[in-house]
Amino acid sequence: MQPTTIAWITLCAPILAAALILLVTRTNKPLAAGLAILSALIACAGGWFLFSQGVTGDFLGFNWISIGDSFQVPIGIALDPLSRTMLVIVTTIAPLVFIYSIGYMKDEEGYWRYFAGLALFLFSMLGIVLANNLVMMFIFWELVGVSSYILIGHYFRKDSAADAAKQAFLVNRIGDFGFMLGILLFWVSTGTFSFSALNSSAGLFVEHPTMLGVACVLIFCGTVGKSAQFPLHVWLPNSMEGPTPVSSLLHAATMVAAGVYLLARIFPILSASPEACDVVAWTGAITALGAGILATQQDDIKGILAYSTISQLGYMVTGAGLAVSAALPMFHLFTHAFFKCLLFLTAGSVILGMHHEQNIWKMGGLMKKMPITFLTYCCGMLALSGCPFFSGHYSKDLIMACSWEHHRGIFWVVVIAAALTPFYMTRQAMVVFFGKARTEHSEHAHESPLVMIIPLILLAIPAVCAGYAPVEHFFFHEIGSLAEPEVPTFVPTIFMAAFLAGLGLAFLIYRKAEKDPIRIPFLENRFYIDDLYFWIVRIIQGGFARICSFVDRWFIDGILVRGSATLVWSIGFALRFLQLGNIQAYAFFFGAGVIGLIYLILNVR
Amino acid sequence: MPTLANYLIASGILFAIGLGGVMLRRSIIIIFMGLEIMLNAANLSLIAFSRYGLVNGHQLFDAQVLVFFIITVAAAEVAVGLAIIVSLYRARQTTHVEDIDTLKF
Amino acid sequence: MLLASYWFFSTLTVAFGATAILLRNPVSCAMSLAVCFISLAALFISLDATLIGIMQVLVYAGAVMVLFLFIIMLLDLRMEKSRRLNFGATLGGGLVIAAFLSMLVKVVLSDPGFAKPLPPLATPAPDNVRMIGLTLFHSYALPFEAIGVLLLSATVGVIVLSRRTLR
Repeated sequence: MQPTTIAWITLCAPILAAALILLVTRTNKPLAAGLAILSALIACAGGWFLFSQGVTGDFLGFNWISIGDSFQVPIGIALDPLSRTMLVIVTTIAPLVFIYSIGYMKDEEGYWRYFAGLALFLFSMLGIVLANNLVMMFIFWELVGVSSYILIGHYFRKDSAADAAKQAFLVNRIGDFGFMLGILLFWVSTGTFSFSALNSSAGLFVEHPTMLGVACVLIFCGTVGKSAQFPLHVWLPNSMEGPTPVSSLLHAATMVAAGVYLLARIFPILSASPEACDVVAWTGAITALGAGILATQQDDIKGILAYSTISQLGYMVTGAGLAVSAALPMFHLFTHAFFKCLLFLTAGSVILGMHHEQNIWKMGGLMKKMPITFLTYCCGMLALSGCPFFSGHYSKDLIMACSWEHHRGIFWVVVIAAALTPFYMTRQAMVVFFGKARTEHSEHAHESPLVMIIPLILLAIPAVCAGYAPVEHFFFHEIGSLAEPEVPTFVPTIFMAAFLAGLGLAFLIYRKAEKDPIRIPFLENRFYIDDLYFWIVRIIQGGFARICSFVDRWFIDGILVRGSATLVWSIGFALRFLQLGNIQAYAFFFGAGVIGLIYLILNVR
Repeated sequence: MPTLANYLIASGILFAIGLGGVMLRRSIIIIFMGLEIMLNAANLSLIAFSRYGLVNGHQLFDAQVLVFFIITVAAAEVAVGLAIIVSLYRARQTTHVEDIDTLKF
Repeated sequence: MLLASYWFFSTLTVAFGATAILLRNPVSCAMSLAVCFISLAALFISLDATLIGIMQVLVYAGAVMVLFLFIIMLLDLRMEKSRRLNFGATLGGGLVIAAFLSMLVKVVLSDPGFAKPLPPLATPAPDNVRMIGLTLFHSYALPFEAIGVLLLSATVGVIVLSRRTLR
């Protein structure tokens, strides 16, 4: 079978499964799950095959839009080292999450809807990974937004879930507006949408650095929306309303990583504009620090992980902004996908064991009740915190070392964030797994079924190993250089100190805590950003809506519609009085009219 | 020698008289007579134009044919109009035009 | 000769037309109108429109005025009782007539083409009946037939309208 065919099958198998699930399997739960998992496994096989064969090329599917010479939007697959690696990430995690979902969603309603949504999401995500031009990527970008909406709003009967789904989609849309403008700016300058042509067109912008900077920042807006950077980060914590496997797949490992993937895709042209890279790096750094601070006050087990995701995405974006190589953010994306997905799946296991209780202060002592969950959780937590010999350590420290070399201010910001990460993760571990059980539910918690445990174990392996040098070399040597920059020896010491400080501090504070000893309202209310946005929307959109309503009611309905009708009616009413019934009056009007007409004809040329 | 203007002014005065009859008299029969006077005034001016407007020394008889038609139509109109007046008289017992005014707003 | 006949007959026409409008007794009005038509016919003949003149006497003075007299006698109309004059209506009518006359006189007197004397005919005294017949049946055959239909419908209409009862 030709590699192109395999690539297309990899892309299209999930959407086929989604269609079949939608049409055929309303009541047949195993069939729905089976179709989705089968398509995910096909995609996985296809992805590994393409990666191992090192298939490279730009495969055109068909020319979707073709206007003149300059506006060409093809639908095609681009296979190069970057997309192959991302393909492996997505298609390896997806089947594991799908299998886990069988156990997690066993008693939930809307089973077929869930798997159809997951299959649709897989299709859209593969579309983003394999797209060979900006417009095609944008189409699939929106499609992942739609699947996210469907999946977050799975429990649509709950108001908070429906609102969260809406918020996710709308906030993403704001970012996508900037994204679209960026695409158009690039097209106006270079006349093409395709990545290969775009990345080699840096020479066109030598005279126009501002244009390049603006276009790159606009495309970065898409990343700000999709990867929940500040200020469009508000949707990600609320997206935790969706089922936990959805949170793990979409909002931890793959969908939110699409923003970082976009930055890596346009890395050659992005790195040609130092101003844009500065904007990107600082946005990432601020996000990393801010989200890290907010995570320390969260009481929801998934909320902590959500803010942690935002913070780690900030790391990846900072890595992209340092303009060292496209591999730097991708490496952290690679390790983060595995350990964050693992962390969310363990959280799901805990939630299921606690009968859908999510507040950490109602848990406790789960270490003995759910041992395998605890062990895999530890793998993920240590990887996230940057403990040596776990995967996260290598990728995070690489980013921080590069920032020492390139951008000293950013370095200190990310170091503080790096100290916060182990703090809040240890807090979570202490409160949830150690100590005594705090409530009835935690007394009677039990381990999850096998179908959920196996994916946990399988994910724990890359969570530990994905950062080791052979693995890193295997996946990333063609994408870019991941060489350690030259740093003075005290820099790695700073990293170790940050890690140990965070770990130790949280251990001491939360070891025997019954309730949270630290309570900062400013942080609990998420820096009041939500309230600010609510106020802005109310003022601007509400005011605008009021003006439109006024215009509609008084001008359009009043003056134009009712006014014209009244005008005609009153003319008719006035003319009615000419019907006198008197013949000679009619004769008079007639005669006078004719005389007047003759006068006009004779005298008005 | 009378000029065309003479005949046209005579026709105009006759028409004005007919118009006055229609607008100022109250009896339906007299109004009808005024209509006939107006038609004849038009006929006069048509015949005058027929005689004075020569093309290469020859008359064009189209105007006289038109007068022929006008006389015919006027006769038919008088017949029908008087029949209507008779029906009106039978219904209202009056020929005074101001009494016939029920088609009002 | 022509001038004298013009002045005589036009004065007669206008005078009797005026009396037809102004008199009170409807029969007197009808008779004045008949004289008016006959002098008009004389004018036509003086303008070399002999067929039309004869037709004017036969149809108008002969048939139409007789019909008028029949109807006046049928309805047994007496002298018109004078009611109060509606001043506004009279004024309005007078204004319309005055406006019309002034416009006509202005137009007629301003155009020099109207002031030429009677042009002579190339062939004196053409056969009027023959010429009218030719023009009528060559160029106006269709209106001629339509007039026929019109007269038929007028006849039918009159008969329907003058039935005593509607049953």
